[in-house]
Amino acid sequence: MTLPADAPPRRARMVRVALTGSLRRTLVLQLLAVAGIVALVLFWAIRVTADKAAEAAQDAVLGAATQALADGIRVEEAGVDLDLAPITFSMLSAMGEDRVFYRVDFNALPMTGYADLPPPGAAPGSAPLFYSARYRGQDLRLAAVTRRLLVDGTSLPARVILGQTRLGQKAIADSIAGRAALLGVAFFVLAVPLSLLAARAILGPVGRVADAVSRRGPHDLRLVNQSVPAELGPLIGALNGFILRLRAALSRTETFIAEAAHHIRTPLSTVRSEAEIALRQSQDEPTRARLRSVIRSVEESSRSAGQLLEHALVLYRTDRVDRTEVDLAALLAAQVESFRPTADLREITLRLTAPEGAAPVLGDRLMIEAALRNILDNAIKYSPDEAEVEVALTLDRGQAQVRVSDRGRGLGGADLPELAQRFRRGGNVADIVGSGLGLTIILEVAEASGGGFSLSSRDGGGTCALFSLPLR
Amino acid sequence: MQMRFLLVEDTAELARSVQDLLRLNGHAVDWAATLADAGDCLAAASYDLILLDIALPDGDGRRFLQDLRRAGQDMPVIMMTARSAVADRVDALDGGADDYLTKPFDLAELEARARAVLRRRGGAAQTVRGFADLTFDPLTATLTVAGEARELRNRELRLFEILLGAPERIFSKDQLCDRLFSFAETVTDNAIEVYVGRLRRKLEGSRARIETVRGLGYRLTGA
Amino acid sequence: MRAVLTSLALILLQAAPGRAFEVEERLWLDGAAPVATVSILSTTDSVTARPLLQAFLADNPDLSVDYVVASALQIHRAIAEEGASFDLVISSAMDLQVKLANDGYALQMTPEAAETLPHWAHWRDLVYGFALEPVVIVVAAGAFPGRLPPRTRRDLIELLREEPDRFRGRIGTYDPGVSGSGYLFATQDAGLGNTFWRLAEVMGRLDAQLYCCSGDMLRDLDEGRILLAYNVVASYALAQANRDRGFTVIEPEDFTLMLIRSALVPATSKRPALGAKVLAFLLSDRGQALMSQTPGTYAVTAPLASLPPSSRPIRLDPGLLANLDTVRRRAFLGEWAAAMTQP
Repeated sequence: MTLPADAPPRRARMVRVALTGSLRRTLVLQLLAVAGIVALVLFWAIRVTADKAAEAAQDAVLGAATQALADGIRVEEAGVDLDLAPITFSMLSAMGEDRVFYRVDFNALPMTGYADLPPPGAAPGSAPLFYSARYRGQDLRLAAVTRRLLVDGTSLPARVILGQTRLGQKAIADSIAGRAALLGVAFFVLAVPLSLLAARAILGPVGRVADAVSRRGPHDLRLVNQSVPAELGPLIGALNGFILRLRAALSRTETFIAEAAHHIRTPLSTVRSEAEIALRQSQDEPTRARLRSVIRSVEESSRSAGQLLEHALVLYRTDRVDRTEVDLAALLAAQVESFRPTADLREITLRLTAPEGAAPVLGDRLMIEAALRNILDNAIKYSPDEAEVEVALTLDRGQAQVRVSDRGRGLGGADLPELAQRFRRGGNVADIVGSGLGLTIILEVAEASGGGFSLSSRDGGGTCALFSLPLR
Repeated sequence: MQMRFLLVEDTAELARSVQDLLRLNGHAVDWAATLADAGDCLAAASYDLILLDIALPDGDGRRFLQDLRRAGQDMPVIMMTARSAVADRVDALDGGADDYLTKPFDLAELEARARAVLRRRGGAAQTVRGFADLTFDPLTATLTVAGEARELRNRELRLFEILLGAPERIFSKDQLCDRLFSFAETVTDNAIEVYVGRLRRKLEGSRARIETVRGLGYRLTGA
Repeated sequence: MRAVLTSLALILLQAAPGRAFEVEERLWLDGAAPVATVSILSTTDSVTARPLLQAFLADNPDLSVDYVVASALQIHRAIAEEGASFDLVISSAMDLQVKLANDGYALQMTPEAAETLPHWAHWRDLVYGFALEPVVIVVAAGAFPGRLPPRTRRDLIELLREEPDRFRGRIGTYDPGVSGSGYLFATQDAGLGNTFWRLAEVMGRLDAQLYCCSGDMLRDLDEGRILLAYNVVASYALAQANRDRGFTVIEPEDFTLMLIRSALVPATSKRPALGAKVLAFLLSDRGQALMSQTPGTYAVTAPLASLPPSSRPIRLDPGLLANLDTVRRRAFLGEWAAAMTQP
């Protein structure tokens, strides 16, 4: 048994953040949406332009052909004649093999051609009048011109109508529209990788800042001074502000622990000394008993306060533990030496056995010292007068092991999780007295240092505390 | 073992009561409320031991100690820490202090640590005293009776020092208990008799002996 | 393969009510196991058409062919005015074919071979030319004793002027006022240069004989009544070439008109898929090979380089519509008459 199995993990706490979608995905989708709209607009613009251009081109040819047809109308001796050149029709079909219809009226009477070809709504002049109509199940584009002919001294109108289907125009427009669609699709397809690249480029600085911050050690509270785009400025500013507040808070915590200790201990000291003096000078047994009780209370509260503060210190240092190489042998020897006068007062013998040389471990010196102090304090506190406390350091299989054996009251049947657990639960500090918090401190230091701690009862009474740390 | 202390402590109430306590045990105590005062005292007199607080109005005790050590002054110093026990202690020891005490402290513990410091330093002052036909060295806790050195255990030593502090004076059992046992311990009335018995055996062969004054207590007499 | 030509059926057909257009002949051919019949209305006589149809039925044994021959004008009347139902219309009257298509009487077809056709050999996806027939001068053997036959129209004019007595009344050509083909050839000739009108004047001065049809013209040539026939479709002439006296067929080197025989699936078709099948066959490699084997006929898919350099195919496009304009026709025929009747 080393650590309570259900001890909550203290280190590397992960905070689950509610993620509301991906900025990158949103950016890509929006870029693609814009690209899609642009592609559609492009398509429609080209399409409409193409339709107009094709119509204009058809109208130009149709107008020219109509004029040519009208030019073929002549007044001869025999009457009105039409010199219809086949090339006129061939010219029309050249554009797209459209069907061709024509009609020539002279003096408002059909003269030749398709007599039922729909006439224009208004009377055309000498310039072509263009219009559209349906004829024989086909959409026609038509042009009409009027020529005036002098027959027997009278001016009479000759109206020429030339129409053609719009298949050629449609074919050209369709072909251009096809290309436009292809262009639109190509534009969109091109936009996909570009959007991804753009999103990556835009969000790159965010990732780099996140990387830089998450790569830092627990102690690294330097301000972030990465060069970032202006838009990230406020974020970095806020982050740096937070770091500054965190620094201040940490420093206040440290100061607070020290100040709290000072403000608790100094008056307690006065009370204790005064009580002791009063005790010396008093002969009245009830008064003396009361004074003893005062002194005991002072000792108890001083001890509790000390342990609470020590516990706070351990928690504080655990979260920002800075592991360095520590010589456990030297540390242990100094602690044993420091406890010797205390033990002497009750004629308790402290016996230290340790191998020659250093026992380098990796950890926080203050935390390890706090753990050792609590172990030794416990052992001495619970030992009867004139007893012996054995302290042994052994180095074995990569572990440095401190074994402190006493002949105290023992564990009274409770095991370590029980002894320590009640102090973890709910942080109910009001109820913490005695050695319990000391055990908690030891456990926490062991956990933070990658070591272990266990308590066991000794044969013949007493307790054996085993504190181990991995050797460097 | 009477010692001359310099107490450097800014809290007046605490300083006064510690002073009173030490004097009750027969020690001489000068009090300095600031580091400046402490400097003056050190210039004017010599002390067996300095009790140095850390937080003082005109500076940090640890700094003061470093300056002392740098100036070649190597008198024993015990620092009194009231703040974070662990961190301050490390600072104190690293800064050249001989030992440390966490407030509030037991006077007995202060005396024990002072004795330990002085013993470690090899007895800077002449402390050996004679009484009747024996000599007593409180630093080494040795009684010499008829040329025979007898080592006293801790409580025997303290008991002898109390009695030796006022020979012929009767000390009640309560008075002795208060100084031999910690207040946290529950002590039976006859616990003191055990140590008196042990001390009497160490005194055998000497004119000095501990008398039981029935109903009142004990006294040391050399007659 | 069973081929049946019954004059009885022909007589019955002609007598049948509702068929107002004039049918010249009718040929019925069965495939090996016929289950359906494709009906074809054509200007090509049955003798010429038979090998082609037999080849088609060899490929499609499940079909029968009902082959009806009529004149170009009758065909136009049958489809455009009477709504007669046929699955394919074959005609060498290019203008009428284009008019049928232009006026909406043709279905859209996209035979596989369409892409290999020259653009002048089809109009849109409606009318497909499948054979080229040179329009030639046919000269009777011994018409120019001691001399080489003319090679161009200019040669011809010179020869005729040199020996007017020899050729007076012994030149034949179509009467454009009567023959659709004649009118088409004449207008195309006129469009290609001024020599036509000089030739017309020369022929008019020599009292040229005017014919309604190539058959009469070739018969008179064969029988020695005329020495020279101008503007005859080569295939007709060569079909007669094994006759006793023999002719020389001349493709004029200044330009040789090429008539395009074309096919379309009429909108009146009840089985357009079958019509399309025949059309596809005509344009297929096999069909085209048969075309090129027929005397006086070129395959339309033949590379232009394999045609005589003087070839001038008549374009299959709406320009031909101008040919059918009544006013224009009247004017052209007036010119023609003026050329023919010399004072």
